[in-house]
Order: sequence, then C-alpha cells, then structure tokens
Amino acid sequence: MPDSSQKHQRREHGLMLALVSPALLVILLLIVLPVGWLAWQSIYHDGFTLENYRRIFTEDIYWRSFALTFEISLAVTVLALLLGYPVAYLANAVPKGWSIVILALVVLPFWTSVLVRAYAWLALLQRTGVINQLLRYLDMIGEPLALVHNTFGTVVATVHILLPFMVLPLYATMQKIPADLMQAGASLGASPSLTFVRVFLPLSLPGVLAGCTMVFVLCLGFYITPELLGGGRTVMVSMLVSRNVELYNQFGAASAVAVVLLVSVLLIFVAVSRFISLDRMLGQK
Amino acid sequence: MTRLSPARIALYVISALVLVYLILPVLIIVPISFSSARFLTFPPPSLSLRWYQQYFSNSAWMQATRVTLMVALLTVVIATPLGVSAAYAISQSKLRIMRLVHMMLLLPLVVPIIITAVGIFFVYARVGLVATLPGLVLANVMLGLPYVVISVLAGLQSFDPAQEMVARSLGMDRLRSFFAVTLPQIKSSVVAGGIFAFISAMDETIVALFISGGQYQPLTKRMFTALRDEIDPTIAAISTLMTAASFMLVLLASTRQKKSG
Repeated sequence: MPDSSQKHQRREHGLMLALVSPALLVILLLIVLPVGWLAWQSIYHDGFTLENYRRIFTEDIYWRSFALTFEISLAVTVLALLLGYPVAYLANAVPKGWSIVILALVVLPFWTSVLVRAYAWLALLQRTGVINQLLRYLDMIGEPLALVHNTFGTVVATVHILLPFMVLPLYATMQKIPADLMQAGASLGASPSLTFVRVFLPLSLPGVLAGCTMVFVLCLGFYITPELLGGGRTVMVSMLVSRNVELYNQFGAASAVAVVLLVSVLLIFVAVSRFISLDRMLGQK
Repeated sequence: MTRLSPARIALYVISALVLVYLILPVLIIVPISFSSARFLTFPPPSLSLRWYQQYFSNSAWMQATRVTLMVALLTVVIATPLGVSAAYAISQSKLRIMRLVHMMLLLPLVVPIIITAVGIFFVYARVGLVATLPGLVLANVMLGLPYVVISVLAGLQSFDPAQEMVARSLGMDRLRSFFAVTLPQIKSSVVAGGIFAFISAMDETIVALFISGGQYQPLTKRMFTALRDEIDPTIAAISTLMTAASFMLVLLASTRQKKSG
C-alpha cells in the first residue's frame, strides 16, 4: 500500500505543478527574463564591462538623480504618514458606518488612473489653474504662484497617489488593537494622550512600517507623475532610465540604472520582510 | 467629555482636510470636462458637451479606446483562468516550492514598473512583438496576474478543501468536482480578481509607452503624449469617463468580494 500512496502523491504533486506552470511561465517570460536581460546588458557590451556602473557612481547627473529620488521618496513617505495616520485612526475610532465612508473616500482615488490624477493636478496647480485663479480672485496674491512643473508639484501629486497605500495597512493594523487595552490604560489612570503614546502608538508600528515601506518603494520607481508634473527639472531615477532608452539609445546605461534601482527596492523589501510578511504588505491593493 | 477635547477636534479637522485633498482632484475634472472654455477657467463660463463630442468624433481617440477595451478584455479572459489555477495549486499543494512560486507570481507588484517596461521592450524588440496586439495583451496578462492570485487565494482561505474530497469520494473526477463544488463557492473572488485585472489593464500606461505603437496604442498612451504637449480639455472628458468606468467596476468587485466573505 505505501507504494500506491506514494504514486498517488507523486501524481498529486505533478498535477499541482502543472496547474501553476502556465501562470509561472508568463511571469518567467515577461518579467524574470526581461529583468535578467537588463542585468546582462548592463555588464556586457562586446565583452564584459563595468563602465556603465562606473558612470553611475562617478558622473554627477546620475548621482544627483539618485539623491533627489531618495529625498523625494523620503519626503513623500513622511508626509503620507503624517496625513495618513490621523485618517486611519479616525476610521478606526468611529462607528462602522462612518468608517466605511472614510475608507471608501480613501480608496476612491486609488482606483482612478494615475494619468487622470496627473491631469487633475495640472488643472489645479498650473499658472492659470484653479488654485491660482482662486487666490487671485480673493486678492491674496498678485502674481500666480509656481505650484507645478517643479519638485513641489511632483511631491503634492505623488503623496496624493500614494496616500491610500499608507492608510490601508495602518487601518488594518489599528483594527487589530483590542479596545480593552485602551480601556485598561484609562482605568489605571492614564490620560487619553498618555494611553495613546504608551499603548496605541507602539501597537500600530507594524502598520506604520508596512505603509512606509510601500510608499517609499513605490515612490522610488515613480515615473508618470514626475514626468508630467516635474517640468523636466525634477529628474527621478525612472526618468533617467527612460531617457537613456528613448533619447540617447544608451541601453547599457539605462540597464545599469535599472539594476541599481531594482536592487535598492529588493534590499528594502528583504530588510522589512524580517519584521512583517511580504504578502500582507502587497495584499493591500 | 472626551468627545470635545481639543485633540479630538484636531483629529476631525485634519482628517477632513486630508479627505478633501484626496477627493477634490478626482472630482475637479468633472466640471472642467463640461466647461465650454478652450483654456482652463474656473468656474467654467458655461456648460457644454463639446469636449465629449470632440472625443467621440475623433477617430484616433476612438481607435485608442477600442484598443484599450480589447486589450483589457483579452487580459481578463487569459489572466483569470491562469491565476485561478495557480492560486488553487498554491493553496492545495504541500510542496515546499509553492511558497517560492507564490512569491514569483507577486513579482509584477514588486519590480518597479519602469524596469519591467524597459525589460519587456528589449525582449520584444528581439522577437518582433513591439507594436503588436499580442505583445500588449501578454504584458497586461503578466501585470494582472497578481490581482487574480491575491483575490482567489483570499477566497480559497475560507473554503474547506474537504468538501471537494467528499465530491471525489462520491465518484466525481477532479476537474468536475472543482467546477461543481469549489468554483461556485469562490466565484465572487474569481470575478473580483478578473475585474481588478481589467482595471489594471485599462489603466496601464508605462509599459504601453515603451511597447505599443502604430494602430495598437491604448488610450493611456495617447493621453500621456497629449498631456506632455498641451492640456487639452478633451482629456478631462476622457478622464471623467474613465473614472466613472473604474468606479463602477470597483463597486461591482467589492460587492462581489463581500459576498465571498
């Protein structure tokens, strides 16, 4: 009998592998192979070369772009946390009907095309845009403000797009914090603010970590928003990649930049996955 | 007492402002799309449907719309069965390697999209898939797979595999028992996953920028190019229509997901 059950198990394994293989094949052909190709191309051009990497680390324009990208990503992450935390807290503290309304308002723009939102921000922020017109109408400014086609516009629109990635994991984590603990804190004589700082805040940290990681990593690779709202001056890493391909035909350079970006992203994910599970982070969308 | 504490009031005010910041830009495109003005003026001088007319009467926009809908539809038709069978195997199999497979299927969400786009462009250029419909569909299938897998895995979590065993012990073969017992119970998450894959294909821009061309350019690519050159209110009309479509689909998907618990 053990023989037949072994055979059965082997057939079972074979079937399961057959079931995952079509999806796996698509992933292998369309993301693993292309990324591998990029990596290869970054070190091989008529022979092995590290020239592309040397350029990234020595030439000013690359270096500045990487620095700017990390700065913007950090600023966006901090802003998203500051804006997202109160909203997640409120959604968790109000009765269920209201929390559904709040979450719906958070998720609504989430499913709007990034392009549509870039257009909306252009309409709001440009020189003749809604905000400038409103401020002029109210006589608060004489000259229109330069709100877009710069880093400011990029950050405002990027935070807008990434905020849901902060609020959702925060809310999910806060929801799991037992209300009894807060009551226990209060019954022991702690003020609401002390209970918040000593009990609630530490317990919400996994959500903070998950949200910050998602926002930071997604921001590192952002392309459409800085391209449309940055006005050509805010050159993020993703734009270096596309410009090297589209304008300069520098495939080796583009590939090397892409590899450095990818390695940064993967390192962050690996580091964070030691504290929280990766599929929980990705399952938010 | 605690209800009206200053901290509480601050919480309400800040949250309200943040929600306005989130929602306002999405809503602002609606009045702009109905404005009669050539340039952005707010409030609009008068209402008109001219930008919608311009969109529906422009053959380039219409062709792009057809491409988008066709690609999104084909993406769902291909990505859904692939994702369902993969999710089923991941949840049922005790093989160690399935954990790795699961991770790999989530890769499209992890790798920055610009890198994926350039990589696919290089590979497609080699095999002649640039500017073709199959190339565009295939890329969107890959990008949509994680949504199907995540959604169906969530649905399978609340499903007891013993039920399928019972059906099989009563003489049904594996395939039939899956379709008769398992699929009806996870149907909602399958549909939700398919809808998310559809929206993802409808909105996808960056990969399309690199690999699409000729007559097979989706709406998003044309919108991106138009936005880079000048701000044409026709885009407000298209944006409004796209947003309305997305919302209806998300609403559909979320009622579906709720049903599957």
